[in-house]
Amino acid sequence: MRRYALRIVALVYLAALLGAPLTMVFWRAFEHGLGPAWAAVTSDPAKHAFLITIVITLIAVPANTLFGVVTAIAIVRHRFPGKDLVNALVDLPLALSPIVVGLAFLLLYGRGGWLEELPFQVVFALPGMVLATIFVSLPFVVREVVPVLREIGTEQEQAAATLGAGWWPRFRRVTLPAICWAVAYGVVLTTARSLGEFGAVSVVSGRIVGKTETMTLHVEERFQSFDYVGAYAASVVLAVLAIATLVAMSVFKPKEGVIHGDRS
Amino acid sequence: MTSRAETLPRRARSANPGAAIGQGVATAYLTLIVLLPLAALVWKSTAGGADAFREAVTDPQAVAALKLTIAASVAVALVNAVLGTIVAWVLVRDRFRGQSVVNAVIDLPFALPTIVAGLTLLTLYGPQGPVGIDVAFTRTAIVLALLFVTLPFVIRTVQPVLLELDRELEEAAASLGATTFQIFRRIVFPNLLPAILSGVALAFARAVGEFGAVVLISGNLPYTTEVASVYIFGRIESGAPGAAAAVSVVLLVISFAALLAIGGVRRRVTRHDAVA
Repeated sequence: MRRYALRIVALVYLAALLGAPLTMVFWRAFEHGLGPAWAAVTSDPAKHAFLITIVITLIAVPANTLFGVVTAIAIVRHRFPGKDLVNALVDLPLALSPIVVGLAFLLLYGRGGWLEELPFQVVFALPGMVLATIFVSLPFVVREVVPVLREIGTEQEQAAATLGAGWWPRFRRVTLPAICWAVAYGVVLTTARSLGEFGAVSVVSGRIVGKTETMTLHVEERFQSFDYVGAYAASVVLAVLAIATLVAMSVFKPKEGVIHGDRS
Repeated sequence: MTSRAETLPRRARSANPGAAIGQGVATAYLTLIVLLPLAALVWKSTAGGADAFREAVTDPQAVAALKLTIAASVAVALVNAVLGTIVAWVLVRDRFRGQSVVNAVIDLPFALPTIVAGLTLLTLYGPQGPVGIDVAFTRTAIVLALLFVTLPFVIRTVQPVLLELDRELEEAAASLGATTFQIFRRIVFPNLLPAILSGVALAFARAVGEFGAVVLISGNLPYTTEVASVYIFGRIESGAPGAAAAVSVVLLVISFAALLAIGGVRRRVTRHDAVA
């Protein structure tokens, strides 16, 4: 009996918090039929917002993947000055408000900032949005790869070294195959975070319709303009991407069931 | 390169050019992406002098927003501690059909953009909702939105610990006549506590900074339903970056404190493991 009680508490909580709201978005988007929803997501602003989101993600994810692998190796395999600081800074984006992140970039690259005089515009333009997205999605690859590197140890790498392999063949033939699943899982998390970022991009972009508007900003802008079908239709696109992320996560998930890179 | 590895097989790891480049890249990237913007933020918050900083963070509207944010985040952390543990328990110890789907769906709040989460909750629990519950533009709505985005944290930290927990201890206690409650309190709970605490700290940190999920459903009424991140956003929009930066520094300090707390819990756990 007690077992059923706990099961019911857990399932009702999850249904009220996750299941019902998600069903609701789909229902609201298609309640007037497929036509209006389709027209909304294929409108020019929606298509442009989608393009901007994809461009940002295509820059942020490879950058953070490369950085993530390099940093994880540096953290696990080497001692160097400032290592503790590196460790702390990698975790910070997990705990910091995206609005604070956006403001920090605004103050650094905006009017009166230290890096105001760059040859190209950063704030209220694509470079700033990319930088903010890189900031918020930075920890994931590092935090997935670090525990795997610790676990595999250095024996195989050392064996390869004694057999005369240089650092690059050692990395490519020994280390990379061992961490590739962790990297893949980290990439999925990074992609989800990049596609969905709202607060930081909202501050940095200036939210110029048809210019610096991402998918998430587009959802808010449509909602504030009382175009609910537009807002829900764009939300459905994002929700489908989220569900695709969940599927990818369950494919790449580490066996222990630990997630989110929220461990060190 | 091969000849070097042959002459220096043991030292190859520390002497390789990859290590130095890697450390350089990691440090430079973090400095450029994370450290420099945050330095600019702290600098800007104090650019008007200590008095301006104090004035900004003691502004009644800012204080109200910070108090609300912290109170809501504490409430959310507590609910997560209880319900997160229950959900983790049900996912590990219970068996029912569709369990793997439920397990996968736990990560939805992480994958779903926060603005979509907020919009969704507003649709369901707002004025036009089909269930007749309307919490829009109240503090309850803020807690609801924060519960949504922080859902995975406690569940995903408790789950692996529960999986590894040795059931023999519980069976031994039961055979000695311990009640279910006694077994939970004396055996299961102490083992789960570090995981619960670190999940709670993560949830708290996330709740304090949340913006996207809250902004649509809370109504953002100053002094009543305006949280800190929305207040900062408002200061930026109204051209008061100094005040925005000052309140941001308060949030930055809270984030650091939460991360330190999580690190502390983890260090204690590892020490216990080492002793045992």
